[in-house]
Amino acid sequence: MAQIELKDVGLSYFTPKQETEALRGINLSIRHGEFVSIVGPSGCGKSTLLSLVSGMLKPTKGNVLIDGEEVTGTSRKVGYMLQHDHLFEWRNVFNNLLVGAEIRKMDLNRAKRKASELLERYGLGEFAQHGPSQLSGGMRQRVALIRTLVAEPDILLLDEPFSALDYQTRLKLSDEVFHIIKEQGKTALLVTHDLSEAISMADRVMVMSKRPSTISSMHDIRFEEGGGLSPWKKREAGLYNRYFNAIWKELEGHVVPII
Amino acid sequence: MSSRLYDNYLKVQKRRQRLIVLSRLSVLAAFLLLWELAARWGWVDPMLTSKPSQLLSSFRELAFEGNLLRHTWITGLETLVGIIISMLIGTVIAVLFWWSTFASKVLEPYIVVLNALPKVALGPIFYIWLGDRYSIYGMAVAISIIVTIIMVESGFKEISKTKLKLMESFGASKIQMLRMVLLPASIPHFIATLKVNVGLTLVGVVMGEFLSSKAGLGYLIIYGGQVFQMTLVMVSITMLALLSAILYGVVNLLERYARRKYHYEG
Ligand SMILES: Nc1ncnc2c1ncn2[C@@H]1O[C@H](COP(=O)(O)OP(=O)(O)O)[C@@H](O)[C@H]1O
Ligand SMILES: [Mg+2]
Repeated sequence: MAQIELKDVGLSYFTPKQETEALRGINLSIRHGEFVSIVGPSGCGKSTLLSLVSGMLKPTKGNVLIDGEEVTGTSRKVGYMLQHDHLFEWRNVFNNLLVGAEIRKMDLNRAKRKASELLERYGLGEFAQHGPSQLSGGMRQRVALIRTLVAEPDILLLDEPFSALDYQTRLKLSDEVFHIIKEQGKTALLVTHDLSEAISMADRVMVMSKRPSTISSMHDIRFEEGGGLSPWKKREAGLYNRYFNAIWKELEGHVVPII
Repeated sequence: MSSRLYDNYLKVQKRRQRLIVLSRLSVLAAFLLLWELAARWGWVDPMLTSKPSQLLSSFRELAFEGNLLRHTWITGLETLVGIIISMLIGTVIAVLFWWSTFASKVLEPYIVVLNALPKVALGPIFYIWLGDRYSIYGMAVAISIIVTIIMVESGFKEISKTKLKLMESFGASKIQMLRMVLLPASIPHFIATLKVNVGLTLVGVVMGEFLSSKAGLGYLIIYGGQVFQMTLVMVSITMLALLSAILYGVVNLLERYARRKYHYEG
Protein backbone atom coordinates (compact mmCIF):
# COMPACT_ATOMS: atom_id res chain seq x y z
CA MET A 1 0.00 0.00 0.00
CA ALA A 2 1.18 3.49 -0.77
CA GLN A 3 2.19 5.57 2.20
CA ILE A 4 1.37 8.92 0.66
CA GLU A 5 -1.43 9.18 -1.84
CA LEU A 6 -2.85 12.18 -3.65
CA LYS A 7 -6.05 11.58 -5.58
CA ASP A 8 -7.00 14.16 -8.18
CA VAL A 9 -5.86 16.95 -5.87
CA GLY A 10 -6.43 20.57 -6.78
CA LEU A 11 -5.65 23.68 -4.78
CA SER A 12 -6.56 27.30 -5.33
CA TYR A 13 -5.49 30.23 -3.17
CA PHE A 14 -8.00 32.98 -2.60
CA THR A 15 -6.90 36.52 -1.91
CA PRO A 16 -9.03 39.69 -2.14
CA LYS A 17 -7.25 40.57 -5.39
CA GLN A 18 -7.36 37.26 -7.19
CA GLU A 19 -7.77 33.54 -7.23
CA THR A 20 -4.60 31.56 -7.88
CA GLU A 21 -4.99 28.02 -9.07
CA ALA A 22 -1.74 26.46 -7.90
CA LEU A 23 -2.33 22.75 -8.39
CA ARG A 24 -4.65 20.85 -10.69
CA GLY A 25 -5.39 17.14 -11.02
CA ILE A 26 -2.42 15.83 -9.06
CA ASN A 27 -2.31 12.06 -8.75
CA LEU A 28 0.61 10.69 -6.84
CA SER A 29 1.48 7.64 -4.88
CA ILE A 30 4.62 7.20 -2.83
CA ARG A 31 5.72 3.98 -1.18
CA HIS A 32 7.14 3.62 2.29
CA GLY A 33 10.86 4.37 2.34
CA GLU A 34 10.88 5.99 -1.06
CA PHE A 35 12.77 9.20 -1.78
CA VAL A 36 11.04 11.47 -4.29
CA SER A 37 12.40 14.77 -5.55
CA ILE A 38 10.14 17.47 -6.91
CA VAL A 39 11.39 19.98 -9.46
CA GLY A 40 9.52 22.59 -11.42
CA PRO A 41 9.52 26.27 -12.31
CA SER A 42 9.47 28.59 -9.32
CA GLY A 43 5.99 29.53 -8.16
CA CYS A 44 4.47 26.40 -9.67
CA GLY A 45 3.20 25.00 -6.40
CA LYS A 46 5.92 22.73 -5.02
CA SER A 47 5.74 24.18 -1.52
CA THR A 48 1.97 24.05 -1.77
CA LEU A 49 2.16 20.34 -2.49
CA LEU A 50 4.26 19.77 0.63
CA SER A 51 1.87 21.85 2.72
CA LEU A 52 -0.96 19.63 1.53
CA VAL A 53 0.88 16.49 2.59
CA SER A 54 1.76 18.06 5.94
CA GLY A 55 -1.89 18.84 6.60
CA MET A 56 -1.27 22.58 7.00
CA LEU A 57 -3.39 23.18 3.90
CA LYS A 58 -6.58 21.44 2.85
CA PRO A 59 -7.05 20.65 -0.84
CA THR A 60 -9.86 22.53 -2.55
CA LYS A 61 -10.43 19.41 -4.59
CA GLY A 62 -9.59 15.71 -4.21
CA ASN A 63 -8.04 13.86 -1.27
CA VAL A 64 -4.68 13.49 0.40
CA LEU A 65 -4.13 10.20 2.19
CA ILE A 66 -1.37 9.02 4.48
CA ASP A 67 -1.33 5.29 5.23
CA GLY A 68 -4.79 5.12 3.70
CA GLU A 69 -6.27 7.73 6.04
CA GLU A 70 -7.42 11.12 4.91
CA VAL A 71 -5.22 13.98 6.11
CA THR A 72 -7.26 16.42 8.20
CA GLY A 73 -4.56 18.38 9.99
CA THR A 74 -0.90 18.22 10.95
CA SER A 75 0.07 14.71 11.86
CA ARG A 76 2.77 13.15 13.98
CA LYS A 77 3.71 11.00 11.04
CA VAL A 78 5.03 14.00 9.12
CA GLY A 79 8.11 16.11 9.73
CA TYR A 80 8.73 19.33 7.83
CA MET A 81 12.11 20.84 7.10
CA LEU A 82 12.17 24.35 5.73
CA GLN A 83 14.64 26.38 3.74
CA HIS A 84 15.74 28.31 6.81
CA ASP A 85 16.57 26.40 9.91
CA HIS A 86 14.66 28.75 12.25
CA LEU A 87 16.57 27.61 15.26
CA PHE A 88 15.48 29.62 18.26
CA GLU A 89 18.33 31.88 19.39
CA TRP A 90 17.02 31.84 22.94
CA ARG A 91 17.53 28.10 23.22
CA ASN A 92 20.78 26.20 22.99
CA VAL A 93 21.22 23.52 20.35
CA PHE A 94 20.03 20.72 22.56
CA ASN A 95 16.86 22.50 23.65
CA ASN A 96 16.14 23.45 20.06
CA LEU A 97 16.01 19.75 19.27
CA LEU A 98 13.20 19.29 21.77
CA VAL A 99 10.86 21.89 20.25
CA GLY A 100 8.81 19.38 18.25
CA ALA A 101 8.61 16.91 21.09
CA GLU A 102 7.50 19.66 23.48
CA ILE A 103 4.79 20.89 21.15
CA ARG A 104 3.49 17.39 20.58
CA LYS A 105 3.71 16.63 24.29
CA MET A 106 5.77 13.54 23.60
CA ASP A 107 7.72 11.70 26.28
CA LEU A 108 10.45 14.26 26.98
CA ASN A 109 12.95 11.84 28.47
CA ARG A 110 12.73 9.70 25.41
CA ALA A 111 13.09 12.75 23.20
CA LYS A 112 16.16 13.88 25.13
CA ARG A 113 17.76 10.46 24.76
CA LYS A 114 17.00 10.48 21.08
CA ALA A 115 18.33 14.03 20.69
CA SER A 116 21.68 13.26 22.31
CA GLU A 117 22.00 10.03 20.40
CA LEU A 118 21.39 11.73 17.05
CA LEU A 119 23.66 14.65 17.93
CA GLU A 120 26.48 12.25 18.71
CA ARG A 121 25.85 10.11 15.69
CA TYR A 122 25.89 13.02 13.30
CA GLY A 123 28.95 14.68 14.74
CA LEU A 124 27.41 17.56 16.66
CA GLY A 125 27.71 16.12 20.16
CA GLU A 126 30.13 18.76 21.38
CA PHE A 127 27.80 21.58 20.31
CA ALA A 128 24.81 20.54 22.42
CA GLN A 129 25.19 23.44 24.82
CA HIS A 130 26.19 26.00 22.19
CA GLY A 131 23.91 28.77 20.99
CA PRO A 132 22.69 28.39 17.39
CA SER A 133 24.56 31.52 16.35
CA GLN A 134 27.82 29.75 17.09
CA LEU A 135 27.19 27.16 14.37
CA SER A 136 27.90 27.36 10.66
CA GLY A 137 25.04 27.34 8.16
CA GLY A 138 25.56 23.67 7.32
CA MET A 139 25.65 22.68 10.97
CA ARG A 140 22.51 24.65 11.69
CA GLN A 141 20.67 22.87 8.91
CA ARG A 142 21.83 19.52 10.26
CA VAL A 143 20.48 20.53 13.67
CA ALA A 144 17.20 21.43 11.97
CA LEU A 145 17.05 17.96 10.44
CA ILE A 146 17.75 16.33 13.79
CA ARG A 147 15.03 18.51 15.36
CA THR A 148 12.64 17.05 12.80
CA LEU A 149 13.87 13.51 13.45
CA VAL A 150 13.51 13.81 17.24
CA ALA A 151 9.76 14.15 16.71
CA GLU A 152 9.93 10.69 15.10
CA PRO A 153 8.07 11.22 11.83
CA ASP A 154 7.71 8.47 9.23
CA ILE A 155 7.65 10.97 6.41
CA LEU A 156 10.06 13.86 5.86
CA LEU A 157 9.11 16.87 3.79
CA LEU A 158 12.11 18.92 2.73
CA ASP A 159 11.48 22.30 1.13
CA GLU A 160 14.68 23.53 -0.51
CA PRO A 161 16.58 22.69 2.65
CA PHE A 162 20.00 23.47 1.20
CA SER A 163 19.29 26.51 -0.90
CA ALA A 164 20.55 29.02 1.65
CA LEU A 165 23.95 27.32 1.82
CA ASP A 166 27.09 27.80 -0.23
CA TYR A 167 27.79 25.28 -2.96
CA GLN A 168 30.43 23.27 -1.17
CA THR A 169 28.41 22.94 1.99
CA ARG A 170 25.31 21.90 0.14
CA LEU A 171 27.10 19.17 -1.79
CA LYS A 172 28.44 17.75 1.42
CA LEU A 173 25.25 18.21 3.37
CA SER A 174 23.01 16.68 0.71
CA ASP A 175 25.20 13.59 0.87
CA GLU A 176 24.91 13.47 4.64
CA VAL A 177 21.19 14.11 4.73
CA PHE A 178 20.66 11.38 2.17
CA HIS A 179 22.49 8.89 4.35
CA ILE A 180 20.67 10.01 7.47
CA ILE A 181 17.28 9.64 5.83
CA LYS A 182 18.09 6.24 4.37
CA GLU A 183 19.60 5.03 7.62
CA GLN A 184 16.53 6.14 9.56
CA GLY A 185 14.31 4.47 6.94
CA LYS A 186 12.16 7.53 6.32
CA THR A 187 10.01 8.31 3.34
CA ALA A 188 11.12 11.64 1.89
CA LEU A 189 9.74 14.31 -0.39
CA LEU A 190 12.38 16.83 -1.42
CA VAL A 191 11.66 20.08 -3.22
CA THR A 192 14.70 21.57 -4.87
CA HIS A 193 15.60 23.72 -7.83
CA ASP A 194 19.00 22.07 -8.09
CA LEU A 195 18.63 19.32 -10.68
CA SER A 196 21.77 17.46 -9.73
CA GLU A 197 20.59 17.39 -6.14
CA ALA A 198 17.20 16.09 -7.24
CA ILE A 199 18.66 13.32 -9.36
CA SER A 200 21.46 12.24 -7.07
CA MET A 201 19.33 11.96 -3.96
CA ALA A 202 16.06 10.49 -5.17
CA ASP A 203 14.59 7.20 -6.29
CA ARG A 204 12.19 9.16 -8.44
CA VAL A 205 12.18 12.71 -9.78
CA MET A 206 8.83 14.35 -10.31
CA VAL A 207 8.69 17.24 -12.77
CA MET A 208 5.91 19.76 -12.41
CA SER A 209 4.56 22.08 -15.05
CA LYS A 210 3.84 25.77 -14.87
CA ARG A 211 0.79 26.98 -12.98
CA PRO A 212 -1.87 25.63 -12.74
CA SER A 213 0.58 22.91 -12.06
CA THR A 214 0.23 19.28 -12.96
CA ILE A 215 2.72 16.45 -12.84
CA SER A 216 4.38 16.67 -16.21
CA SER A 217 6.49 13.54 -15.79
CA MET A 218 7.96 11.09 -13.34
CA HIS A 219 11.48 9.76 -13.81
CA ASP A 220 12.64 6.56 -12.17
CA ILE A 221 16.27 7.09 -11.34
CA ARG A 222 18.22 3.86 -11.70
CA PHE A 223 21.89 3.41 -12.23
CA GLU A 224 23.74 0.52 -13.84
CA GLU A 225 26.11 0.57 -10.89
CA GLY A 226 23.16 -0.67 -8.79
CA GLY A 227 21.27 0.80 -5.87
CA GLY A 228 22.91 2.09 -2.73
CA LEU A 229 25.15 4.60 -4.46
CA SER A 230 25.75 7.75 -2.50
CA PRO A 231 24.63 11.01 -4.13
CA TRP A 232 28.29 11.83 -4.58
CA LYS A 233 28.89 8.67 -6.59
CA LYS A 234 25.66 9.05 -8.53
CA ARG A 235 26.85 12.37 -9.89
CA GLU A 236 29.71 10.46 -11.48
CA ALA A 237 27.64 7.51 -12.68
CA GLY A 238 27.16 6.85 -16.38
CA LEU A 239 23.44 7.52 -16.65
CA TYR A 240 23.53 10.67 -14.56
CA ASN A 241 24.00 13.00 -17.49
CA ARG A 242 21.21 11.34 -19.43
CA TYR A 243 18.75 12.01 -16.62
CA PHE A 244 20.09 15.49 -16.16
CA ASN A 245 19.72 16.45 -19.81
CA ALA A 246 16.29 14.91 -20.15
CA ILE A 247 14.89 16.70 -17.14
CA TRP A 248 16.69 19.92 -18.01
CA LYS A 249 15.12 19.97 -21.47
CA GLU A 250 11.75 19.15 -20.06
CA LEU A 251 11.98 22.01 -17.62
CA GLU A 252 12.84 24.30 -20.48
CA GLY A 253 9.61 23.24 -22.09
CA HIS A 254 10.98 20.79 -24.64
CA VAL A 255 9.67 17.48 -23.51
CA VAL A 256 12.08 14.78 -24.58
CA PRO A 257 11.09 11.28 -23.53
CA ILE A 258 13.87 9.31 -21.94
CA ILE A 259 14.38 5.88 -23.45
CA MET B 1 50.24 36.78 20.48
CA SER B 2 48.99 40.07 19.17
CA SER B 3 51.12 42.06 16.80
CA ARG B 4 52.71 45.41 17.58
CA LEU B 5 50.43 47.12 15.12
CA TYR B 6 47.37 45.70 16.85
CA ASP B 7 48.63 46.77 20.27
CA ASN B 8 49.11 50.18 18.83
CA TYR B 9 45.60 50.18 17.41
CA LEU B 10 44.17 49.23 20.80
CA LYS B 11 46.14 51.96 22.49
CA VAL B 12 44.79 54.57 20.10
CA GLN B 13 41.26 53.32 20.61
CA LYS B 14 41.62 53.49 24.37
CA ARG B 15 43.04 56.99 24.25
CA ARG B 16 40.16 58.11 22.08
CA GLN B 17 37.65 56.60 24.48
CA ARG B 18 39.26 58.39 27.40
CA LEU B 19 39.20 61.66 25.48
CA ILE B 20 35.47 61.28 24.84
CA VAL B 21 34.68 60.73 28.52
CA LEU B 22 36.92 63.61 29.52
CA SER B 23 35.30 65.94 27.01
CA ARG B 24 31.86 64.96 28.25
CA LEU B 25 32.77 65.95 31.77
CA SER B 26 34.35 69.18 30.56
CA VAL B 27 31.17 70.19 28.78
CA LEU B 28 29.27 69.81 32.04
CA ALA B 29 31.97 71.63 34.01
CA ALA B 30 32.13 74.48 31.49
CA PHE B 31 28.36 74.81 31.58
CA LEU B 32 28.29 74.98 35.38
CA LEU B 33 31.19 77.39 35.49
CA LEU B 34 29.65 79.71 32.93
CA TRP B 35 26.36 79.61 34.82
CA GLU B 36 28.06 80.40 38.11
CA LEU B 37 30.10 83.26 36.69
CA ALA B 38 27.17 84.67 34.75
CA ALA B 39 25.09 84.77 37.94
CA ARG B 40 27.94 86.20 40.06
CA TRP B 41 28.96 88.92 37.66
CA GLY B 42 25.40 89.91 36.99
CA TRP B 43 25.17 88.92 33.34
CA VAL B 44 21.95 87.22 34.34
CA ASP B 45 19.64 87.77 37.27
CA PRO B 46 20.34 85.06 39.88
CA MET B 47 16.78 85.46 41.11
CA LEU B 48 15.66 84.01 37.81
CA THR B 49 18.45 81.53 37.08
CA SER B 50 19.77 80.66 40.53
CA LYS B 51 23.38 79.43 40.45
CA PRO B 52 25.30 76.15 40.92
CA SER B 53 26.93 77.03 44.23
CA GLN B 54 23.56 77.95 45.63
CA LEU B 55 22.07 74.76 44.25
CA LEU B 56 24.69 72.73 46.03
CA SER B 57 24.13 74.34 49.39
CA SER B 58 20.39 74.20 49.12
CA PHE B 59 20.62 70.60 47.95
CA ARG B 60 22.45 69.79 51.14
CA GLU B 61 19.84 71.64 53.12
CA LEU B 62 16.91 70.05 51.33
CA ALA B 63 18.37 66.60 51.40
CA PHE B 64 19.24 66.52 55.06
CA GLU B 65 16.65 68.76 56.60
CA GLY B 66 13.94 68.95 54.02
CA ASN B 67 12.25 66.08 52.27
CA LEU B 68 14.01 66.15 48.91
CA LEU B 69 15.00 62.52 49.03
CA ARG B 70 11.52 61.48 50.11
CA HIS B 71 10.00 63.41 47.19
CA THR B 72 12.50 61.85 44.79
CA TRP B 73 11.75 58.42 46.16
CA ILE B 74 8.01 58.99 45.71
CA THR B 75 8.40 60.08 42.11
CA GLY B 76 10.75 57.16 41.43
CA LEU B 77 8.33 54.66 42.93
CA GLU B 78 5.39 56.10 41.02
CA THR B 79 7.37 55.86 37.80
CA LEU B 80 8.36 52.28 38.49
CA VAL B 81 4.80 51.24 39.24
CA GLY B 82 3.59 53.13 36.15
CA ILE B 83 6.10 51.35 33.93
CA ILE B 84 5.19 47.95 35.29
CA ILE B 85 1.46 48.55 34.83
CA SER B 86 1.94 49.85 31.27
CA MET B 87 4.19 47.00 30.26
CA LEU B 88 1.85 44.36 31.67
CA ILE B 89 -1.43 45.74 30.36
CA GLY B 90 0.15 46.86 27.06
CA THR B 91 1.62 43.42 26.45
CA VAL B 92 -1.63 41.69 27.29
CA ILE B 93 -3.49 43.93 24.82
CA ALA B 94 -0.84 43.38 22.14
CA VAL B 95 -1.20 39.63 22.66
CA LEU B 96 -4.97 39.91 22.29
CA PHE B 97 -4.50 41.84 19.04
CA TRP B 98 -2.18 39.13 17.76
CA TRP B 99 -4.63 36.47 18.87
CA SER B 100 -7.59 38.03 17.14
CA THR B 101 -6.83 39.75 13.88
CA PHE B 102 -10.46 40.77 13.83
CA ALA B 103 -10.22 42.66 17.12
CA SER B 104 -6.98 44.28 16.03
CA LYS B 105 -8.54 45.44 12.75
CA VAL B 106 -11.62 46.76 14.53
CA LEU B 107 -9.64 48.69 17.14
CA GLU B 108 -6.80 49.91 14.92
CA PRO B 109 -8.23 53.39 14.18
CA TYR B 110 -8.97 53.97 17.86
CA ILE B 111 -5.41 53.15 18.79
CA VAL B 112 -4.14 55.58 16.16
CA VAL B 113 -6.35 58.38 17.47
CA LEU B 114 -5.54 57.65 21.11
CA ASN B 115 -1.86 57.66 20.25
CA ALA B 116 -2.14 61.12 18.70
CA LEU B 117 -4.30 62.53 21.49
CA PRO B 118 -2.31 64.71 23.96
CA LYS B 119 -2.76 62.67 27.11
CA VAL B 120 -2.36 65.75 29.34
CA ALA B 121 -5.83 66.73 28.24
CA LEU B 122 -7.13 63.77 30.22
CA GLY B 123 -5.66 65.12 33.47
CA PRO B 124 -8.85 66.63 34.92
CA ILE B 125 -10.76 63.46 34.12
CA PHE B 126 -8.24 61.29 35.95
CA TYR B 127 -8.29 63.71 38.85
CA ILE B 128 -12.03 63.43 39.21
CA TRP B 129 -12.20 59.70 38.63
CA LEU B 130 -9.16 58.51 40.51
CA GLY B 131 -8.48 61.16 43.14
CA ASP B 132 -5.27 63.06 43.71
CA ARG B 133 -3.09 60.03 44.40
CA TYR B 134 -4.13 57.51 41.78
CA SER B 135 -4.60 60.06 39.03
CA ILE B 136 -0.78 60.19 38.82
CA TYR B 137 -0.73 56.52 37.83
CA GLY B 138 -3.60 57.21 35.46
CA MET B 139 -1.55 59.88 33.72
CA ALA B 140 1.66 57.81 33.67
CA VAL B 141 -0.10 54.77 32.20
CA ALA B 142 -2.11 56.87 29.72
CA ILE B 143 1.05 58.35 28.29
CA SER B 144 3.01 55.10 27.94
CA ILE B 145 0.48 52.35 27.33
CA ILE B 146 -0.47 53.10 23.74
CA VAL B 147 3.18 53.24 22.71
CA THR B 148 3.74 49.97 24.55
CA ILE B 149 0.93 48.30 22.64
CA ILE B 150 2.17 49.61 19.31
CA MET B 151 5.81 48.69 19.91
CA VAL B 152 5.14 45.22 21.29
CA GLU B 153 2.66 44.51 18.52
CA SER B 154 5.07 45.60 15.80
CA GLY B 155 7.66 43.37 17.46
CA PHE B 156 5.27 40.44 17.13
CA LYS B 157 4.79 41.26 13.47
CA GLU B 158 8.51 41.31 12.87
CA ILE B 159 8.89 37.75 14.05
CA SER B 160 9.26 35.84 10.87
CA LYS B 161 6.14 34.13 9.59
CA THR B 162 8.16 31.04 8.83
CA LYS B 163 9.21 30.63 12.46
CA LEU B 164 5.52 30.34 13.20
CA LYS B 165 5.14 28.07 10.20
CA LEU B 166 7.69 25.78 11.74
CA MET B 167 5.62 25.76 14.93
CA GLU B 168 2.50 25.09 12.89
CA SER B 169 4.14 22.19 11.12
CA PHE B 170 4.52 20.52 14.50
CA GLY B 171 0.84 21.24 15.14
CA ALA B 172 1.44 23.96 17.76
CA SER B 173 -1.52 25.69 19.39
CA LYS B 174 -1.71 29.47 19.69
CA ILE B 175 -0.77 29.29 23.36
CA GLN B 176 2.30 27.25 22.46
CA MET B 177 3.28 29.72 19.74
CA LEU B 178 2.92 32.54 22.24
CA ARG B 179 4.91 30.85 24.96
CA MET B 180 7.61 29.22 22.85
CA VAL B 181 8.16 31.84 20.13
CA LEU B 182 6.34 35.15 20.44
CA LEU B 183 7.30 36.05 24.00
CA PRO B 184 10.93 34.88 23.99
CA ALA B 185 11.53 36.33 20.52
CA SER B 186 10.11 39.64 21.72
CA ILE B 187 12.56 40.13 24.57
CA PRO B 188 14.67 42.64 22.57
CA HIS B 189 11.44 44.52 21.78
CA PHE B 190 10.40 44.47 25.41
CA ILE B 191 13.72 46.04 26.35
CA ALA B 192 13.40 48.68 23.62
CA THR B 193 9.86 49.44 24.79
CA LEU B 194 11.09 49.67 28.35
CA LYS B 195 13.67 52.26 27.31
CA VAL B 196 11.03 54.41 25.68
CA ASN B 197 8.71 53.90 28.63
CA VAL B 198 11.20 55.13 31.21
CA GLY B 199 11.11 58.57 29.59
CA LEU B 200 7.39 58.61 28.82
CA THR B 201 6.25 57.35 32.19
CA LEU B 202 8.40 59.90 33.97
CA VAL B 203 6.74 62.61 31.89
CA GLY B 204 3.36 61.21 32.86
CA VAL B 205 4.19 61.04 36.55
CA VAL B 206 5.56 64.59 36.70
CA MET B 207 2.58 65.82 34.72
CA GLY B 208 0.28 64.04 37.15
CA GLU B 209 2.10 65.58 40.08
CA PHE B 210 1.81 69.02 38.51
CA LEU B 211 -1.92 68.62 38.31
CA SER B 212 -2.86 67.12 41.58
CA SER B 213 -0.25 65.88 43.92
CA LYS B 214 0.99 66.87 47.35
CA ALA B 215 4.32 65.10 47.04
CA GLY B 216 6.97 64.17 44.50
CA LEU B 217 9.41 66.16 42.41
CA GLY B 218 6.65 67.48 40.17
CA TYR B 219 4.93 68.90 43.20
CA LEU B 220 8.21 70.47 44.42
CA ILE B 221 8.77 72.11 41.05
CA ILE B 222 5.27 73.59 40.92
CA TYR B 223 5.54 74.66 44.54
CA GLY B 224 8.96 76.24 43.97
CA GLY B 225 7.59 78.14 41.03
CA GLN B 226 4.64 79.43 42.99
CA VAL B 227 6.77 80.78 45.87
CA PHE B 228 9.41 81.99 43.39
CA GLN B 229 12.22 79.83 44.70
CA MET B 230 14.22 79.11 41.57
CA THR B 231 16.79 77.19 43.57
CA LEU B 232 14.17 74.69 44.70
CA VAL B 233 12.95 74.34 41.12
CA MET B 234 16.45 73.80 39.79
CA VAL B 235 17.41 71.30 42.48
CA SER B 236 14.23 69.33 41.78
CA ILE B 237 14.96 69.34 38.06
CA THR B 238 18.47 68.11 38.71
CA MET B 239 17.06 65.30 40.84
CA LEU B 240 14.68 64.43 38.00
CA ALA B 241 17.60 64.21 35.58
CA LEU B 242 19.44 62.01 38.04
CA LEU B 243 16.39 59.82 38.51
CA SER B 244 15.91 59.27 34.80
CA ALA B 245 19.62 58.48 34.43
CA ILE B 246 19.32 55.86 37.17
CA LEU B 247 16.19 54.30 35.66
CA TYR B 248 17.84 54.24 32.26
CA GLY B 249 20.90 52.60 33.77
CA VAL B 250 18.76 49.92 35.35
CA VAL B 251 17.14 49.14 31.99
CA ASN B 252 20.59 48.93 30.42
CA LEU B 253 21.69 46.44 33.06
CA LEU B 254 18.54 44.47 32.38
CA GLU B 255 19.34 44.50 28.69
CA ARG B 256 22.85 43.22 29.25
CA TYR B 257 21.52 40.44 31.46
CA ALA B 258 18.83 39.47 28.92
CA ARG B 259 21.35 39.52 26.11
CA ARG B 260 23.60 37.16 27.95
CA LYS B 261 20.75 34.88 28.91
CA TYR B 262 18.87 34.79 25.62
CA HIS B 263 21.76 35.30 23.21
CA TYR B 264 20.07 37.83 21.00
CA GLU B 265 21.93 40.27 18.79
CA GLY B 266 21.47 43.94 18.22
N1 LIG C 1 -0.76 31.90 1.01
C1 LIG C 1 -0.89 32.17 -0.29
N2 LIG C 1 -1.86 33.02 -0.72
C2 LIG C 1 -2.00 33.27 -2.03
N3 LIG C 1 -1.24 32.77 -3.00
C3 LIG C 1 -0.25 31.94 -2.64
C4 LIG C 1 -0.01 31.60 -1.26
N4 LIG C 1 1.03 30.76 -1.21
C5 LIG C 1 1.44 30.59 -2.48
N5 LIG C 1 0.68 31.28 -3.34
C6 LIG C 1 0.82 31.29 -4.79
O1 LIG C 1 0.69 29.96 -5.25
C7 LIG C 1 1.65 29.65 -6.23
C8 LIG C 1 2.48 28.47 -5.80
O2 LIG C 1 3.26 28.83 -4.69
P1 LIG C 1 4.35 27.86 -4.08
O3 LIG C 1 3.72 26.56 -3.75
O4 LIG C 1 4.99 28.58 -2.95
O5 LIG C 1 5.38 27.70 -5.28
P2 LIG C 1 6.83 27.04 -5.32
O6 LIG C 1 7.12 26.48 -3.98
O7 LIG C 1 6.76 26.00 -6.39
O8 LIG C 1 7.79 28.11 -5.72
C9 LIG C 1 2.47 30.92 -6.42
O9 LIG C 1 2.00 31.56 -7.58
C10 LIG C 1 2.19 31.74 -5.21
O10 LIG C 1 2.21 33.11 -5.53
MG1 LIG D 1 8.60 27.12 -2.55
